[in-house]
Amino acid sequence: MKSAPFTYCRPASVTEACALLAADEDARLIAGGQTLVPMMAMRLARPTALIDIARIPELAFVRREGDHIEIGAATRQAFAEANATVALDLPLLARALPWIGHSAIRNRGTIGGSIANADPAAEIPLVLATLGGAVVVQTPRGRERFAARDFFLGPMTTAIPADGCLVEAHFPVWTHQRIGACFTEISARHGDFAYVSAAAQVALDDNGSCVACALGVGGATAQPTQLAVDLTGARINETTAREKLSVAIETLDMMTDPHASPAYRKRAALALALRALLAARDEALAKRART
Amino acid sequence: MKVLLNVNHVEHEIDVEPRLTLLDALRDNMRLTGVHTGCEHGVCGACTVLIDGAPARACLIFAVQADGLAIGTIEGLAPAPGELSLIQDAFCETHGMQCGYCTPGMILTAHALLRENPSPSREKIVAAISGNICRCTGYGQIIEAIELAARRLAGSNAGDAA
Ligand SMILES: Cc1cc2nc3c(=O)[nH]c(=O)nc-3n(C[C@H](O)[C@H](O)[C@H](O)COP(=O)(O)OP(=O)(O)OC[C@H]3O[C@@H](n4cnc5c(N)ncnc54)[C@H](O)[C@@H]3O)c2cc1C
Ligand code: FES
Ligand code: FES
Repeated sequence: MKSAPFTYCRPASVTEACALLAADEDARLIAGGQTLVPMMAMRLARPTALIDIARIPELAFVRREGDHIEIGAATRQAFAEANATVALDLPLLARALPWIGHSAIRNRGTIGGSIANADPAAEIPLVLATLGGAVVVQTPRGRERFAARDFFLGPMTTAIPADGCLVEAHFPVWTHQRIGACFTEISARHGDFAYVSAAAQVALDDNGSCVACALGVGGATAQPTQLAVDLTGARINETTAREKLSVAIETLDMMTDPHASPAYRKRAALALALRALLAARDEALAKRART
Repeated sequence: MKVLLNVNHVEHEIDVEPRLTLLDALRDNMRLTGVHTGCEHGVCGACTVLIDGAPARACLIFAVQADGLAIGTIEGLAPAPGELSLIQDAFCETHGMQCGYCTPGMILTAHALLRENPSPSREKIVAAISGNICRCTGYGQIIEAIELAARRLAGSNAGDAA
């Protein structure tokens, strides 16, 4: 399996990359290449030119900015996984990253590449959607910010225009005392893309009542989906949580493929979302209340 | 295109088509055939090399993308011709290989793991090699080999002798 021929360049800035992209409609950006290179090997993608953004310095960073953390698009997944700020302030992302493929994949794959690729089963897009984050896209006309819900349009489809480069992902930071997070999924083998995945982050007050809650499912629907379930104002108990989750999941339009039917995906989504929620609650409960 | 690769601490300048993978460049242009070609789309791990010290798939990176980077292959591990590295030796001793197809990838993955974490738990070892498929051994002896190498490293003061 060998790629079709193409030309290659490594611009020094995003501005230059966007100009190159605008000049050739069959050119593609390449970051970690962990999705694009296999697609090219199988000739499912045949770009005429590759514009390599992996080493653009302005695209590799993790920084706290007000109430969120900004991660540069070309930041490697393995770098984020080992980053202390991510571990401390973005527990849900920290839990999700190890589920991506294998460490050899995460050593090259980037945060932005995964978001731009928008695989319905990808972990990073699910975290972004669940927490209600946003992305920043640069084109020759300037920069634009998209909320996650307006960005993921369908399988492998995003709001990025043809001459756009995703430059940053913004993940909201929760500042509550007692936070718990859990990410879980089901797949055929360890490291494979998930049939269904679920993400949960909850914050509890000193009495154990839920004060904030974010839930999402991936792999099930055409794009990662934030579940509209409000559990705030009381302690989280399994019976009510199950009822509310089933109502939210029942309305979702599930994907189908030979491995997992829509009915299976619904059952799995409910089971995994509940498991993630209860694990997140228990983790938050284990953190000491202020005395 | 001209590409400068630092392979096992030796600089090589090669002239390649952009579509040549690092895997093919190492095997065909540099005759480093210890890196093995398996699936060529990222799922088997036979082509594992170290890029700036971290395991990566040589089939998922074009040689032009690796310009200026440090590449480590199985040929660079032994301290001298005819000798074996501590990890290679452990694989022999525990029968951590049969046909040998996955072995260079397994050993490089173990090498990177033990450099970062000299006494990994069994769970960490399993996670580290989970991206490397072996059709022969059933993995048991590979895990034993890495455990043996870790014990020997702890007992030696050889530092980077892994
Ligand atoms: C064996 C294997 C298993 C995997 N398992 C998983 C898994 O379980 N979960 C998962 O989520 N992923 C998985 N992946 C994919 C991996 O996470 C990829 O790294 C990721 O999807 C793409 O990131 P990349 O940096 O490699 O992007 P690339 O492959 O370089 O690019 C992917 C696409 O995004 C575009 N792109 C990249 N960066 C930008 C940008 N900044 N702006 C605009 N467009 C951009 C490219 O043009 C291309 O179309 C797996 C890959 C392999 C090979
Ligand atoms: S040949 Fe590269 S992963 Fe299989
Ligand atoms: S020893 Fe044959 S594939 Fe592993």
